[in-house]
Amino acid sequence: MSFERWLYTVPLRLRSLFGRKQLDQELKDELRDHIELQIKENLARGMSDEDARYAALRALGGVTQIEEQCHDARGVNVIENLLQDLRYGFRQLRRSPGFSALAILCLTLGIGANAAVFSWVEGILFRPYPAVAHQERLLALAGTARDESGATETSWPDLLDLQRSCTLLDTFFVSKITGSTLSIGDRAEVTTGSIVSANYFDAIGVHPILGRGFLPGEDVGRNGHPVTVISYQLWQSRFKGDPQIIGKTQRLNNVLHTIVGVAPEGFYGTFVGWAMNFWVPASMEETFEAGGYKLEDRGARWIEAYVRLKPGVTRKQAQEEISAVAARLEADYPATNRGRSIKLWPLWQTPFNNAGTLLPTLEIMLAVVAFVLLIACANVGNLLLVRSLARRHEMGIRLAIGAGQSRLLRQLLTEGLILSALGAAGGLLVAHWCRHALVLLLPARSGVAMHLPGEIDARVLAMSAGICLMATLIVGLVPAFQTRNIDLAGTLKAESSGVVGVRERAWMRSSLVILQVSLSFILLVGATLLMQSLQKIRTTSPGFTTSGVLKTGVSLVAAGYDAPRAKTFQDALIDRVRSLPGVQSAAFARVTPLGYGTFSSAPIAVDGYQPPPEEQPTVEYNQVGPAYFATMGISLVSGREFTRADDENAPLVAVVNQTMTARYWRGQNPVGQRLQVKGRWVQVVGLVADSKYESMRESPRPFFYVPLRQDFVIGPGLNIRTTQPLQSIAAAVRQEVRALDANLALYEMITLQEQVNRSTSPQLVAVTLVAILGGLALLLAGIGLYGVMSYAVAQSTRELGLRMALGAGASNLFRLVISRGLALTAGGVLLGAAVGLAITRLLGALLYNVSPRDPLAFGSALAVTTTTAIAACFLPAWRATRTDPARVLRD
Amino acid sequence: MSKPSDLVQGTLDMLILKILALEPLNGWAVSQRLKQISRDVLQVSDGSLYPALHKLEQQGWIAAQWKPSGNNRRAKFYSLTRLGRKQLEKESANWNRLSAAISGIVKLKEA
Repeated sequence: MSFERWLYTVPLRLRSLFGRKQLDQELKDELRDHIELQIKENLARGMSDEDARYAALRALGGVTQIEEQCHDARGVNVIENLLQDLRYGFRQLRRSPGFSALAILCLTLGIGANAAVFSWVEGILFRPYPAVAHQERLLALAGTARDESGATETSWPDLLDLQRSCTLLDTFFVSKITGSTLSIGDRAEVTTGSIVSANYFDAIGVHPILGRGFLPGEDVGRNGHPVTVISYQLWQSRFKGDPQIIGKTQRLNNVLHTIVGVAPEGFYGTFVGWAMNFWVPASMEETFEAGGYKLEDRGARWIEAYVRLKPGVTRKQAQEEISAVAARLEADYPATNRGRSIKLWPLWQTPFNNAGTLLPTLEIMLAVVAFVLLIACANVGNLLLVRSLARRHEMGIRLAIGAGQSRLLRQLLTEGLILSALGAAGGLLVAHWCRHALVLLLPARSGVAMHLPGEIDARVLAMSAGICLMATLIVGLVPAFQTRNIDLAGTLKAESSGVVGVRERAWMRSSLVILQVSLSFILLVGATLLMQSLQKIRTTSPGFTTSGVLKTGVSLVAAGYDAPRAKTFQDALIDRVRSLPGVQSAAFARVTPLGYGTFSSAPIAVDGYQPPPEEQPTVEYNQVGPAYFATMGISLVSGREFTRADDENAPLVAVVNQTMTARYWRGQNPVGQRLQVKGRWVQVVGLVADSKYESMRESPRPFFYVPLRQDFVIGPGLNIRTTQPLQSIAAAVRQEVRALDANLALYEMITLQEQVNRSTSPQLVAVTLVAILGGLALLLAGIGLYGVMSYAVAQSTRELGLRMALGAGASNLFRLVISRGLALTAGGVLLGAAVGLAITRLLGALLYNVSPRDPLAFGSALAVTTTTAIAACFLPAWRATRTDPARVLRD
Repeated sequence: MSKPSDLVQGTLDMLILKILALEPLNGWAVSQRLKQISRDVLQVSDGSLYPALHKLEQQGWIAAQWKPSGNNRRAKFYSLTRLGRKQLEKESANWNRLSAAISGIVKLKEA
């Protein structure tokens, strides 16, 4: 339709809608004019007064019909009917506020749960960086190794080569998470930041509100550009929003950095889950990353990067190009790149941040909230069904005076729409309140600001609107299905509960309840399975002792210690801690397992082990102090621990684990053999049992240890085995540290059990959410069952009264009602169990050492469901026993 | 009541547009003009005129305006809009084509 046409017709339609009274009046005036003019004309032709009037009226026809036809011609009947239906629907809902409130509450919970999970999926997986330009075209870039699953990091030279050779990608930028001790005034704390390429702020389109981003070339040169951009939050909280902040210096990991910019408010960096507080250019890498200068080392893989596709390019095309370049690099640099490639991942599968860890949980949640929504809809449908019986008479009358079936259907759908629209509005409020709820479920860590926001954007709103329409259809069509074959004559008779009709409706209501029970049963099974998994994970031995071992650390780097001073300090502190009462042993280690720290890895070679072509064996390792294995409780299978004698002047040694032995020495005892690490030969002096290194869910992997003194790092973690409670040890160790150097701060002290718990937090999130929603589902199903049983009891007063009059006792009736409720429940449980057996394996990624068909899970879900069912039937059953037979028979 | 289907469907619309193309008129005058022009061949009932006027107004082809008419009264006058003029051209062309085709067929029958 042309614009000009709209110009004419839109005001007319609006006037037809809202100015109906005036239009009708105008039409009346117009017709009256017509008649008067016609009469005049007729008189002029010589008719008598009466004939003239009569002829004029006859020529015009029925005024009412004309009005109706004109009204139809205005073409707004559909909208008018809708408005009428809406008005009527609202009146209906106001008339029964209890029913309406319950229905809206059910839909609010159902739609709200969906909207909340959608907003998390949107804010965490699909659009995690709202401040970043064109994030819909962003992809994560990570390396892959032929003999490993999952992703590895990338090296800086590889990335530069990719950037030079790829034509389908318009931006590469690096964003590698790091941490730093930040001392401002008398407060020292650890905070998170990113090492980025110099193009970072330009590439993501984020412009600092003060100062500048990084300049081209600031990511080149070893330690060449000590500059930093700080976050708005850091600027406000630690620098009190100082407007003169640009150009001031700040010590980061003991290197003075000039603050060159302040990032805008609401920009948290590009790491899903954690808020970044500062950014430094890649040239400062050595200050923040363990393992020395890596910008020119193709073998040092440490980079996490993102790329942006050029418009119109697909991920597959870009991947083909990247793979080709990676293959060329592999051919050009076999020493470092053999067996390695580069892969692009969609943001929601980013392997190096919390998107990857939360993905399985959120996937399951999408299914779970769909269940909850179905249960809520079934509940509301049931409520409407019960009410449609009460409205049978009304519907009958409407049909009798000429309403079409479709008109009735539209009325019922409109009422459903009102309910679900109100539910959707409430649901969006719920989602809004819950948008930061995920953070609450994850254990807090000191120095890390968790940031997992839900994002309620146009796409989430559209999804919610879609769900609202679906709910409308479900809850509106259920009662419509019933009015489909209303028996007019029967309905209009005063007493109208035909037996067959009641049966049919009872059947419908019962199936809805069975559906609800089965869905909530499945959710309960899922929740129990997840709970069992979490329990198993947390009680499985990680291969080291978790109780009675503490972990902490000392901020030597931030205090400006150099290596010789750090060595002296470490020896002195270990001696002092060991002599504390209740301390059995203590040892330093660069990385404490299952923490955030990442292990170093090194290319290795072993006498007699011939690697397959195209493979460069690379194994991760840890630098640990004397008595590390005794402290951690990792059992020594053969050989010896490291001792103080294994220092920088002694021959190089290593301890390997069992899986490494099995893979590279074919299970022969490696003690006394030699191992080549980064080109240097070291002597294997010990063999220890496997343990968990990065995740409780990992399968056994090759791993080795070298003495801390032979691969020194300044600020390792401290592990303490003790019988004393954590608080008293923490106080005592803090005192010893202060006695050695008053400027040093002790890191947060936690037990290794806490360390394990933190590493399993995604499972905890899944368990909590599924348990909450499972409980909600059960509650809704309970309400549904209660509603149906109450209604059944109220409807069968006559039958109950007769039974009583014929001698049935109160307990008989009680049992009768309960057993009917339990029959429905049994149906639901059977259906739920059948479906559950088929689909619980979808939990796969989140289950740990638990069969998806675990009988205990199904058994406990059965117990909980049955208990709830009995509770839901209790009140109706009790009411049944209060039936007064005399009154029933009299009526 | 005589049926408006005496007229070929849609012809009434074209006739009204044609009449209003000459000058703006009120409803009664339109009905008079219809009778005059068609020399009473086309019996359009006054009753079917007003819904037709309403429909044309909703289509945006004619516009209505309350204007003073004789002896101090206000009457509703209809006039053709730009869109209405285009519509009239289109329908006239259609009509000419159609009537030429039909008269051709009718003559064929006679021969």
